[in-house]
Formats: sequence, structure tokens, C-alpha cells
Amino acid sequence: MMEFLHMGGYAGYIWSSYGIVMVVLLLNLFFSWRRHQTVLRRLKQLHSSGNNES
Amino acid sequence: MSEQNKTWLWFHRMGSPAYFYNFAGLLLPWCVIATVILMLIGLIGGLVYAPADYQQGEGFRIIYVHVPSAWMSMFVYMVMAINGAIFLIWHIKLSDIIARSSAVIGASFTFLALATGSIWGKPMWGTWWVWDARLTSELLLLFLYLGYIGLRAAIDDRRVAGKAASILALVGVINIPIIHYSVVWWNTLHQPASISKFDNPSIHIDMLIPLLCMALAFKLFYLCILLINSRSELLEQEKRTQWVKELVTSS
Repeated sequence: MMEFLHMGGYAGYIWSSYGIVMVVLLLNLFFSWRRHQTVLRRLKQLHSSGNNES
Repeated sequence: MSEQNKTWLWFHRMGSPAYFYNFAGLLLPWCVIATVILMLIGLIGGLVYAPADYQQGEGFRIIYVHVPSAWMSMFVYMVMAINGAIFLIWHIKLSDIIARSSAVIGASFTFLALATGSIWGKPMWGTWWVWDARLTSELLLLFLYLGYIGLRAAIDDRRVAGKAASILALVGVINIPIIHYSVVWWNTLHQPASISKFDNPSIHIDMLIPLLCMALAFKLFYLCILLINSRSELLEQEKRTQWVKELVTSS
């Protein structure tokens, strides 16, 4: 297990690359999903309040 | 009904925003599941089962995230540019939505290709960065994406923004073959392609399979993001219509 994590001396390079990729991809997913929920909530308010002004 | 009619009917339906919204919503969970499975296979295959490279040792494993990111940075750009062209010529709103939904994830892939390449470059080349043709043209791609996002954000009118951004994307297409052929045209530090030589691929099969899994996983991940974003964009664009009203008030 330690040998696997050590990656033949390249541990820092490998795990930082994989880490940065996962973080950026998950952030994309998170913000896209959150935005969808926000849009749904805002449009719900718009239509349930009965006015079509804003 | 003949096959041709069915195909036309499908296209016709996809042109209906309500139908597309529901279709995208049904497709999304399957797309997420497939992405997770493929990414797990790719990660385990790439990090555990693939043999160490004879020149680069374990360090070569960075390619399993670097190469798919780099491929996707160009693929997403082409999707954006082609949809931009369709929007400019035929004024199809869905194309504008797809283009708009692709910009941030495309920029992310480009950033990841540059970042992971840089991290790979340090131990292998002894430097984080060189101004060689491949790296410079990929950096230019990142600036094209950022310019595209900025241009859209700067123009309030959605239609005008779509047109301006599409023109920018189309002008920038010239950069794509430059990135691809940069390793052939110029004597660069970046190594030439090993995968696209399908007649004689210069990569071991145990190294290749995880790479193809990762590439497909990245493509599916992009599809997930595209589905979520285009649903949001569609709701925004159609917010006054009856179907959106029914959708948001019924849930």
C-alpha cells in the first residue's frame, strides 16, 4: 500500500494531478447543479406570486 | 411509419423545448452512472494495473488525466464553434444553448490539460513550462475560452451575445489544427501523438485500455454537465412560456 502511494518517487506529481482534476470536475458539477436548483426556485417564485413583471 | 419519418419526427420533437427538457432529464442519471463506472475502471486500470513505463516509470500515469483533458479541450471547442455556426446560419436557439453551456467546462478541461501537463513536465523535462508550439497554442485556447465567456457576460442581449460569441468561436477554430499538428509542424519538446496511429499504436494494450476508458468517461462527464446546463439555460430562456409555468408550479 505504501509502495502504491509512493508511486516510485512520483507521488507528489501524480497525486496532485489527479487531485486537481477531480476537484475541478466536481466543482463544475456542483456549480451546474446548484445553478439549476436556483433557476427552478426563482421561476417557481415568479409563477406562484402571480405577477409576470420581473 | 418508415424509418425516415421516425427520424424526422425525433428531430421535430427535439426542437420542442419542453420535450428536450424532459429528454435531457431522463438521460442525465444514466449518464452520471456511466461516467462514474467508466472513471472507476479507468482510474483503477491506470493507477494499479497498467505497467510502469520503461522510460518514465510511474510518472507516466499522469497521462490518464492529462490526455483526456487535452482531447476534451479541443472537442468541446469544436462543439461550441459548430453550434455557433448553426446558430448564426439557421438561428436555432438550442444550438446557442449548447454553445453557451459548453464554455465553462471547456475552459476547465483546457486549464486541466495545461496544469497536469505542467506537473508532468517538471520531473520529465525538468521545467514547469516552455514556450513551445504545443503548450503555447493550448494556452491560447484557454484565452479563447475566457474571451468567449467574457464576451457573453459583457453583452446583455442574449441574441446579440450569442452572435458575437459565435463569431469569436469560429475565428478561433484556426487554433485547433495548430494545436493538433504543432508537434508535427514544429520541432517541439512535447512528444508526438502515440494513440492516433491506429495501424501501429505505440502503446501497450494494458496502458491503452484505461486511457480509452478515461477518455470516454471525460466525454460522458461533459455530456452530464451539458445536460444540466442546457436545462437551466432552457428554463431561463423560456421562463414566460406555459410549459415552464406548469413545470415549476406542479413540482
